[in-house]
Amino acid sequence: MIGLEHFLVVAAVLFVTGIFGIFLNRKNVIVILMSIELMLLAVNINLVAFSAHAGDLVGQVFTLFVLTVAAAEAAIGLAILVCFFRVRRTIEVADINMMKG
Amino acid sequence: MGIAPLAFYLFAATVVVSGFLVVVAKNPVHSVLWLILAFLSTAGLFVMMGAEFVAMLLVIVYVGAVAVLFLFVVMMLDVDFTALREGFVRYLPIGALVGVVLLVQLGFVVAKWTASPGAEAARMAPAPDPAMRQNTAALGDILYTDYFHLFQLAGLVLLVAMIGAIVLTLRHREGVKRQDVLAQMYRDPAKALELKDIKPGQGL
Repeated sequence: MIGLEHFLVVAAVLFVTGIFGIFLNRKNVIVILMSIELMLLAVNINLVAFSAHAGDLVGQVFTLFVLTVAAAEAAIGLAILVCFFRVRRTIEVADINMMKG
Repeated sequence: MGIAPLAFYLFAATVVVSGFLVVVAKNPVHSVLWLILAFLSTAGLFVMMGAEFVAMLLVIVYVGAVAVLFLFVVMMLDVDFTALREGFVRYLPIGALVGVVLLVQLGFVVAKWTASPGAEAARMAPAPDPAMRQNTAALGDILYTDYFHLFQLAGLVLLVAMIGAIVLTLRHREGVKRQDVLAQMYRDPAKALELKDIKPGQGL
């Protein structure tokens, strides 16, 4: 029988894959954003799994808000990326140093 | 093996494999396509857990909007992606190390947790029996009542994101003919019309 632990393992593996992706694609902002989406997806799996296991709907409500924030984050991130590409003609992370921060 | 475990292992394997291919794919377009597959399989997992509304939302919002947005940006930007893959092998060991350490830690958590005795009583919104009230209706019952303010705040977040994205990417080009509403409104017949008396057989 498929229990809570099965879903938690899938979520953990997906989360680690996202972190691995950030380390692996340190230059490519687009793939880093996609890795963040993967990690948020893993968090959503966790929330829904516990919600289904405990019989509490609040986990699913919170998943909706995580989804909203993820969509907003992707939109803003890609807008900044497009903006930056227009100015510098590159999306390499190491080149993002115009503000000398 | 019943149909439920079979479906679970199918969806779970697809999620894990496509998630891995997202981060290792050479071409970012392929990464986005693998990401879409990961989202769809996760929606399948959500359906298995009885969270149908979130599953459909995942398909509509993530696959329909976010992934397509990624696809647009990847295809519109004229970037040499092979140059961005330099250092891929150099960062592989450290990434794998951090990943394995984190996976082991998460494994400890998954293997060794127990629910507290008061967990059953501490539920904020006990889920009704799916046969009596469907998942979507039950979610709507609490989302539009107990969580109404959070729901509106989520809408506000989306509004701010929309305005921000438009402000960031909008640019006014010089030398483009565009509509000037004020100029149109302040036009009057004296400026716009001229009456001429044309004699027959002559012309202007």
